[in-house]
Amino acid sequence: MRVRILVSFKESVLDPQGQTVKNALLTLGYGFVKDVRQGKVFEIALDGITEEQARRAIPEIADKVLANPIIEKFTWEILTEQKKV
Amino acid sequence: MKFGVVIFPGSNCDYDTFFVLKNGLRQETVFLWHKDHDLRGVDCVVLPGGFSYGDYLRSGAIARFSPLMQEVREFADRGGSVLGICNGFQVLLELGLLPGAMLRNKNLKFLCQYVHLRVDNPETRFTRRTRRGQILRIPIAHFDGHYFSPPETLRDLEEHGQVVFRYVDEKGKPTEAANVNGSAAGIAGLINRRGNVLGMMPHPERASEALLGSEDGRLIFESLVQP
Repeated sequence: MRVRILVSFKESVLDPQGQTVKNALLTLGYGFVKDVRQGKVFEIALDGITEEQARRAIPEIADKVLANPIIEKFTWEILTEQKKV
Repeated sequence: MKFGVVIFPGSNCDYDTFFVLKNGLRQETVFLWHKDHDLRGVDCVVLPGGFSYGDYLRSGAIARFSPLMQEVREFADRGGSVLGICNGFQVLLELGLLPGAMLRNKNLKFLCQYVHLRVDNPETRFTRRTRRGQILRIPIAHFDGHYFSPPETLRDLEEHGQVVFRYVDEKGKPTEAANVNGSAAGIAGLINRRGNVLGMMPHPERASEALLGSEDGRLIFESLVQP
């Protein structure tokens, strides 16, 4: 089983890296870009636990280690297994 | 007084700090290895600057889980003195011994330069050799020193005199230009409510000998040693 966890800054936190990317996109002529928020992606492979257990463990891992709840928020999803050829 | 300087993989101010305490202040000083469980009877734990665990994930985020840090947490809970410098401050924030978090510097640059700090609380065990409003000239060297806390936490910190050092200009004014990393309320150093855990971004160990350009940082170590 694989899960993907997306960590990004809370709306209330300034994201100067996202701002810099946004300014670059505007400079390149993509005037429709309204805002850019930069974040981190974690893809974690799991083994030996049920999906139900994973659904409890993943938010715990994200909250305790992957994200700093003072400045960051996270979302996560279980990735559907790719069929082996 | 017996000091312990913690070494994480990636610490790089450990020897400077050790040298100042041992040779400058002539105090008994030992290194503490991050994997150990023993604080070796020290009176003050110093978390030095550097890039613990390569600053992977977030600055200080992995160091927080070191076996030794669980001992440091209990030591702090018992009232022991803990001083976190630069990366050590970041570790204290991640550990939750001090409130808030660090963001990348506002200008997205690694800043390595002298700054001016104003002492806003001289009534701590780390600052009792300073005067209120005294300006200290101490260098910084960091990428993630942009202090962040939600407004209610900031109010709480101000109300309880927990902001110990603030970035100011050479005249002591907290201007936007002097707040080089963009920290909330210009915060450069914070203490916990109990007054035994101090975190600061500037490096007092790099400003403890006249030969190196400033002796202002020495006041912090002297405060701990000579009440």
